[in-house]
Amino acid sequence: MASQEAIRTSEPTKASLFYDPKIRSLVFQALLIFLLILGVWWIIDNTIENLRRSNISTGWAFLRGRAGFDISDRLVEYTSDSTFFRALVVGILNTLKVAIAGIIVATVVGFLVGIGRLSNNWLIRKICTVYVEIFRNIPPLLVILFWYQGVLAVLPAVRESIELPFNSFLNVRGFYLPAIVWNGSGLMVLGGLAIGLVLSWYVARRAYARQMATGQSFPVLWVSLALIVGMPLLAYLLSGMPATVDYPQKGNFNLTGGSNVKPEFLSLLLALSFYTASFIAEIVRAGIMGVPKGQTEAYSALGLRPAKGLRLVVIPQALRIIIPPLTSQYLNLTKNSTLGVAIGYPELYSVGGTILNQTGQAIEVVVIFMIVYLSISLITSAFMNWFNTKMALKER
Amino acid sequence: MQEHDLSWVRTEMALAQAAPSSQVGAGAWMRKNLFASPFDTALTILAALALAWALPQILNWLFFSAVWSGADRTACLTTEQGGSLPAGWTGACWPFVEARLGYFTFGRYPLEERWRVILCGVIFLALLVPLLTPRIPFKRLNAILFFAVFPFIAFFLLLGGYFGLPYVETPLWGGLLVTLVISYVGIVTSLPLGIILALGRRSKMPIVKLLSVVFIETVRGVPLVAVLFMASFMLPLFVPPGMTFDKLLRALIGVALFSSAYMAEVIRGGLQAIPKGQYEGADSLGLGYWQKMGLIVMPQALKLVIPGIVNTFIGLFKDTTLVLIISLFDLLGTVKQSISGDPTWATPQTAKTGYVFAAAVFWIFCFGMSRYSQYMERRLDTGHRK
Repeated sequence: MASQEAIRTSEPTKASLFYDPKIRSLVFQALLIFLLILGVWWIIDNTIENLRRSNISTGWAFLRGRAGFDISDRLVEYTSDSTFFRALVVGILNTLKVAIAGIIVATVVGFLVGIGRLSNNWLIRKICTVYVEIFRNIPPLLVILFWYQGVLAVLPAVRESIELPFNSFLNVRGFYLPAIVWNGSGLMVLGGLAIGLVLSWYVARRAYARQMATGQSFPVLWVSLALIVGMPLLAYLLSGMPATVDYPQKGNFNLTGGSNVKPEFLSLLLALSFYTASFIAEIVRAGIMGVPKGQTEAYSALGLRPAKGLRLVVIPQALRIIIPPLTSQYLNLTKNSTLGVAIGYPELYSVGGTILNQTGQAIEVVVIFMIVYLSISLITSAFMNWFNTKMALKER
Repeated sequence: MQEHDLSWVRTEMALAQAAPSSQVGAGAWMRKNLFASPFDTALTILAALALAWALPQILNWLFFSAVWSGADRTACLTTEQGGSLPAGWTGACWPFVEARLGYFTFGRYPLEERWRVILCGVIFLALLVPLLTPRIPFKRLNAILFFAVFPFIAFFLLLGGYFGLPYVETPLWGGLLVTLVISYVGIVTSLPLGIILALGRRSKMPIVKLLSVVFIETVRGVPLVAVLFMASFMLPLFVPPGMTFDKLLRALIGVALFSSAYMAEVIRGGLQAIPKGQYEGADSLGLGYWQKMGLIVMPQALKLVIPGIVNTFIGLFKDTTLVLIISLFDLLGTVKQSISGDPTWATPQTAKTGYVFAAAVFWIFCFGMSRYSQYMERRLDTGHRK
């Protein structure tokens, strides 16, 4: 009894400071900061010394200098007399071009293959499985080189171009397509498209409100499709059909006219989109399989047909599982577009590399890389997060 | 009153009858799996037509019309190109691969020293195979040998310069050797670094957490090409003048940093999946931080994320091809160089043949890894899920 009393009244013995978790963590973090500062200071000091020795002045003034190199594939005006800054813009636009085109193709192919792997049809299932197993186990860079050096580089010369339907040609210089040329401006058509989009958004909202209020559904999909296609068409007819089609013409040494898809772009697009599609297919498959079987049985019990049940019950739930990994696949595709440098596709990385070789501004160029790729990543994930919250389970 | 007993109990089993012929056999299987609906029938026919069009071409190119022996490019040229094959011929040119196989495997590693690479490969396999086979005992010793001792053996054996072995500088290394060296170093360093980063990201110490988050997100936000580029152009700027880095070492540092950031995120996923009760249980047993993590949390977390870890390994293995961009010659680099830089074998079919060969090698490695991870996942599944 007495001993217990003694324990109760006695002060808890102070542990030594060495064993206090708070003190420990403070000391450890202080030490970490100290080491970090020391390391950064060492690196900065060395860098300044190295730059001074090789006579490179730091700063952003070099961006105004004359680039002096040519870029074959460009979306905006650019000549070798343009500035380095403009060259970088061309590079960024090319990166975005291949990334956006690749994301669209990869999504379409990936969803088709992913659904195909769950098909009841044995042959389709097997073909889709073989596709996924082959493409996701081969490095994308290898596929890019295969298309570029193995397939597109051994296409016939311009004179023996392979003729394809719709007056398009395939030869060693790329893929020649008929181009649409606007006489005057296509503003009216663009305006029509905008009006169509706004109207269909409005229709969808009204239809949703009506369905909530009265339970009557409205064929939103078909009406919006008609609006989005119809309004630009109407505008086109009203403004007096201001567009003509420019077909590529076969000359002796070159094809003139039309639009040309360069082999570099084509190889990069094919390789990246088919590579990413194999991953998207697996994500889609996992997403659809992640929806419990009870949901399928429930919509059948409610009397929905499979197509409608899939659209209204299964896919909205599957999308919740699909979207987060899909985002990282989109980001991967964008980052993999840097592989274009191996075949001379002038995207940001390859343009930046050329600039670095000409000016020696290593730090500035790397900072530009970091800023551009990080902001593309952040914008894409912000958009996909927004889409994800929209799709996420709303628990009431 | 006489009652009619209408109940009747059957005392013997009814004889089993064969299933209806519409439900068994090849016909039923085809009806169910190939021609279930008009849409399915159309799909099947389309797919079969596509296969009938593509498969013979692929097989012909790979095997039946391929050239299997020859001394130089003339073996793989058609008459109009200056060879002896009929006009319009296409097919693989396998003698090209055969002639350059040594280069694809060892790079420019000196011929008389190649036994060192082979010996290294044999030791590697001798340690790896028992490590991967669950039934063989002494796993701890084996793992220590494979992860801690083998790197030193390989370093002295491959680089040389000690024990009477001639020094072989890394620019002479190439081919599959470089691919395997980079992936091995990446795998061996990324796992511990990734664990530390993942623990740092979940740490309660704000500065440790901040540093881990900044490192992981920055590295994950930029492409590996840019990381390699930094490692190859910026590292020399960061060190005192006069101190030089080996090019291969620079690539190794880049790959290790890059993959550890990805590994950290995979492991963090596993850590998050461990219920809070496990942490509290460890605390209540009086375990310290490292004991808690090492004995209770990590074993469970790592087991959960084995598929993710192996996927990171596969990604890393495929990403080793990118060192080609900073002009190191891995397997893909040597193939590319032989295609564009070797006039003895310059034919229209060379490029395709070389890349198909390289693709097959990479495919075997990656497919093998993914199959092994599925096997381990089934084995380690203690039945907590589902």
